[in-house]
Amino acid sequence: MMQLIKMAFRDLLRNKRRSFFSSLALGMGLALLLLMAATVSGEIRGAMDTSIRLDSGHLQVRAKTYDANKNSVAYEDLIANPNEVAAKIASLEPVSVATPRLFASGILSDRDETTGIRILGIDTSSPAMAPFKDGMLTGKYLENDDRSGILIGETLANKLSLKAGDAVNLLANTSNGDVDQQLFTIRGIFTTHTPAFDEYTVLMPLAKAQAITKTEDHASAIFVLLKNSDQVDNVKNALQTEQLQVVTYLKMNEVLLQTEEFSRGYMVLIYLIVLAITAAVIVNTLIMSVFERTREIGILSAIGMKSTRIMSLFFIESSFLAIGGIFAGLIIGGIMVYFASTVGFYIGNYGATSMLIGERIYAYLTLKDAIDLTIMAFIVAILAALYPAIMAARLEPVEAMRGGKI
Amino acid sequence: MEVVKTENVTRIYRVGDVETNALRGVNLSIQSGEFTALIGPSGSGKTTLLQLIGCLDMPTSGRVTVNGKDVTNLNRNQRADIRAESIGFVFQFFALIPTLTAYENIEMPLLLAGKSSSERAERVKQLLEWIDLPDRANYRPDQLSGGQQQRVAVARALAINPALILADEPTANLDTPNGRQVMDVMTRLNKETGVTFLFATHDPRVIQYARRVVTLQDGLIIKDELVEKSAVGA
Repeated sequence: MMQLIKMAFRDLLRNKRRSFFSSLALGMGLALLLLMAATVSGEIRGAMDTSIRLDSGHLQVRAKTYDANKNSVAYEDLIANPNEVAAKIASLEPVSVATPRLFASGILSDRDETTGIRILGIDTSSPAMAPFKDGMLTGKYLENDDRSGILIGETLANKLSLKAGDAVNLLANTSNGDVDQQLFTIRGIFTTHTPAFDEYTVLMPLAKAQAITKTEDHASAIFVLLKNSDQVDNVKNALQTEQLQVVTYLKMNEVLLQTEEFSRGYMVLIYLIVLAITAAVIVNTLIMSVFERTREIGILSAIGMKSTRIMSLFFIESSFLAIGGIFAGLIIGGIMVYFASTVGFYIGNYGATSMLIGERIYAYLTLKDAIDLTIMAFIVAILAALYPAIMAARLEPVEAMRGGKI
Repeated sequence: MEVVKTENVTRIYRVGDVETNALRGVNLSIQSGEFTALIGPSGSGKTTLLQLIGCLDMPTSGRVTVNGKDVTNLNRNQRADIRAESIGFVFQFFALIPTLTAYENIEMPLLLAGKSSSERAERVKQLLEWIDLPDRANYRPDQLSGGQQQRVAVARALAINPALILADEPTANLDTPNGRQVMDVMTRLNKETGVTFLFATHDPRVIQYARRVVTLQDGLIIKDELVEKSAVGA
């Protein structure tokens, strides 16, 4: 076996440039796959993180009849005494933050321009509001006792050409089925770097949101963040009561999870296409090698080398190409993934309200993806040697030596 | 002991609709220790007969026996086994593996025969001394002269102590001094080890080394004679 390994290695060194480029082809293929896998993982992971931070939390506790798609502010769909409920939830050990939120549909108008928005009534002092507080671009953040101030997202501000200090008219649904409207002052403009979210969200203190929607001391949901997302089911079970429904982030982000599943499906197809192209390069290299070494193969066969050993020789050569390629691929791919995970790709306003994608995708390579793709690349390289190996093993010694100008 | 026996061996090559009768019924018996030349003009069937005896090819009809074993209808791997165990080859071109050193080329058949590392080392050292190239052990083929390469090929053929060494035009690509050196080595090894040599040639300088000369023409043996005198170059 050692002699075969030695021969295979020296055979590859005979045509260093060809071996190098064949390995590099595999390396580039693997690097591309690592980047693609990391990008998809990063996109999904980023979207999930964003959704949890801004919108869904790890859990939401709602009234039994509340339908998140309707933004209902009818009393029967809301939680009474939300601060009390939130405080109880916050006292649970795995819970990091629990804060009441009121969601209501509304229309924002500025002179002749109007747009549909979602009012988000918040406890402005809650740590859960950190992403908004940290994302303030202009103006100042809200106080809980502010009765006429709102915050709007950057995208919405740009859309309606609004700035901090501007007055806008806000129309909101109320609990009795009417609408109410009031003039508000834009206290500040924030960015969450998630254009789809920033385009339709208006923040105001919970008390003010309850006042305009006539939902005194009620909230749509208790927004809950956990210290560890693994605890989500335990906490859900602990909070579940006859009157309340507890919805996990997995349920609230079903579209995202379905997208992930779909992405993984078509990524496998893309992996196979990339690897097939790479395999074609390796097959070509080894077939060239068989043609060039026809006489040698004949000699080896003549002195008693069996077909299985001749095949092994080509599999070993392919393994060397694969090892070189994988080494190159991990280095090139590692560098590309590193940049993609630190600098990210700017994609702009690409997300939707059902799937909050940031304006920048940061790649995230999981160890599992890295291992799976490396193994896949190795297997494909070995399989690529199958045809040339069979070709070499089937050469009759006499024919082979004649092919070599005997 | 009879090392080779062919009985009514024919070999027909078919290329498209064209049939070529390379051998038309050859009966030949080679005894152990012989140093036999197979001569004849180009196309007479010398190489084809060597290939059939060497289990590199299969006859169209007839029977080939090597070292007492019928090898006529063996499959690919069984023929490879016979070659690995009983037959050494020396080809017209310097059939060494270019990526292996002289030492490793000679060692290859021993590896294929499953010999231990120490057995291989001892045998290769002995063979390198026999062919007067102990100082060229670590040279690659392209660092050796044609004659040296062919001597390494002879050593490789002899490595497994075969019953038979088949040489196809062993001096065809060598100048006279190198050709003589190779024939001297082959003659000496034949005498010292008793291994049977059967070589195809049409070089008169080589034929004079033979103790038996078999002449082929148009796929048939037309003459088979013993040569009494001792080898000229020996």
